[in-house]
Amino acid sequence: MTPWNPNRRAVLKTLTAATVTVTASAALSRPVHAQGAARVVVIGGGFAGGTAARFLKGHGLDVTLVEPNPTYTACPLSNSVVAGLRSLDRQTFGYDGLRRAGVTVVHQRASKVDAEARRVTLGDGVALDYDRLVLAPGIDMNFGALPGYDDKAAEIMPHAWKAGPQTTLLARQLEAMEDGGVVVMSVPANPYRCPPGPYERASLIAHYLKTRKPRSKLIVLDAKDSFSKQRLFQAAWEKLYPGLLEWVSLSSGGQVTSVDPASLTLVTDFDRVKAAVANVIPPQKAASIAALAEVADRTGWCPIDPVTFESRLRPGIHVIGDAAIAGAMPKSAFAANAQAKVCAAAVATLLRGEKPAAPKLINTCYSLVAPDYGISVAGVYAPSDGRLADVEGAGGTSPLDAPASFRAKEAVYAESWFDTITAEVFG
Amino acid sequence: MARTLINVPATAKRGEVVEIKALISHPMETGFRTGSDGALIPRDIIHRFACTYNGEEVFSADLFPAITANPFITFTTVAEESGEIALSWTDDQGNTQTETAKITVGQDPVE
Repeated sequence: MTPWNPNRRAVLKTLTAATVTVTASAALSRPVHAQGAARVVVIGGGFAGGTAARFLKGHGLDVTLVEPNPTYTACPLSNSVVAGLRSLDRQTFGYDGLRRAGVTVVHQRASKVDAEARRVTLGDGVALDYDRLVLAPGIDMNFGALPGYDDKAAEIMPHAWKAGPQTTLLARQLEAMEDGGVVVMSVPANPYRCPPGPYERASLIAHYLKTRKPRSKLIVLDAKDSFSKQRLFQAAWEKLYPGLLEWVSLSSGGQVTSVDPASLTLVTDFDRVKAAVANVIPPQKAASIAALAEVADRTGWCPIDPVTFESRLRPGIHVIGDAAIAGAMPKSAFAANAQAKVCAAAVATLLRGEKPAAPKLINTCYSLVAPDYGISVAGVYAPSDGRLADVEGAGGTSPLDAPASFRAKEAVYAESWFDTITAEVFG
Repeated sequence: MARTLINVPATAKRGEVVEIKALISHPMETGFRTGSDGALIPRDIIHRFACTYNGEEVFSADLFPAITANPFITFTTVAEESGEIALSWTDDQGNTQTETAKITVGQDPVE
């Protein structure tokens, strides 16, 4: 077996420790009436919401999942769709598995949350009363934060940061581009969905250009000077895509301050860059229902208690996944899934009138820098001083020096992880 | 020589308020950190930035250790006449680096 970063073993050990069940008891919050299970409403049917609904049901609660779309299109591995390496069908999942698990799935948009009355109103006017509410709404593009960029501009300069039609649009634009064209990506400052995602996308677009349009070039304009798995990405870029992929950091003038869709131009503080294909990943915020429910703060994201994921702003409402401010935890599908399980257990514990114990959470993110070249980062997190903090000495990244066979295995692990997590949530 | 990026509008109307941007790649070492040998890493910052317009100082700033690496400074001035804008950064060793740009100011005043 190939030697692996010893930190990974620490991760696995902690994983085992984290599965120990919580049995603390203390009379807390109001006990739920005896007849019938307590009612929990989950808003949002992605990795966080889908997982939460399934596990809340597993705790014996009455669970309603509110999700406007009949199917879910998953973001992880969707960069492979952008690069023409994977079909979008493989990213798409239905909700029958959750129905079979006993979750009531309602395909409506939540239009109002009344935290006082503990009631959610749906687009069709139906009201759902809840004992506790779990919000897992994901992200919205923060169009106001990037002058020139809005819904209409995204039809010309796609963000493709929510998988679906935007992913297909960017893939088609790359396909239609002539050999020799300049592709320009814009990457926002932290925090945003999937920290290593833009760099995986840059890698796979570079792979597409190298194999299909070798006279072309990719420029990545970044509002940051450092990023997730940076050394691993940059070593791979040097090896695989020399002269093809140019990363422009914040201190090299990489921050995009406005865009002009009419001329396909990205404007920085020091330059104007004209693109043949422009992929603008704008700043983001918690999806709009978070603001409606008054659980988002001035940052646009939702502050939470790190033990229960209960909102710091509205009691009885829990926020998980990309919308939450989860301290050191990144906004990833893996993190959303882990948070959902902890939150579901905490909600069940609170509804029994007991006190949840402090959790440990884990995240792992795989990124592909080429179809057969995967890298990963893992972290372990625990509540500390009111926030989720890194557990010192746990986690780590793939080794910088590793044979091609090691990278190939990690590419396989990436796909296996995706199959496993989507089967757990939607299967 | 440190790498710099500057943005001065090439043209302006007379009396127009123009924005000038200046970034220098510099570690801005605070002097408060210790190295791997436990000894203090000596302070090394840009402590002075100044802009002259045809030789006259129109903007300046004192910088301190709390200021980030790669300091990025944006300010405005009024375009009075064509000429040269010079931006200079001075570090703790007393070295000054200067970058210049030409600005052409039209005869028509800004309305």
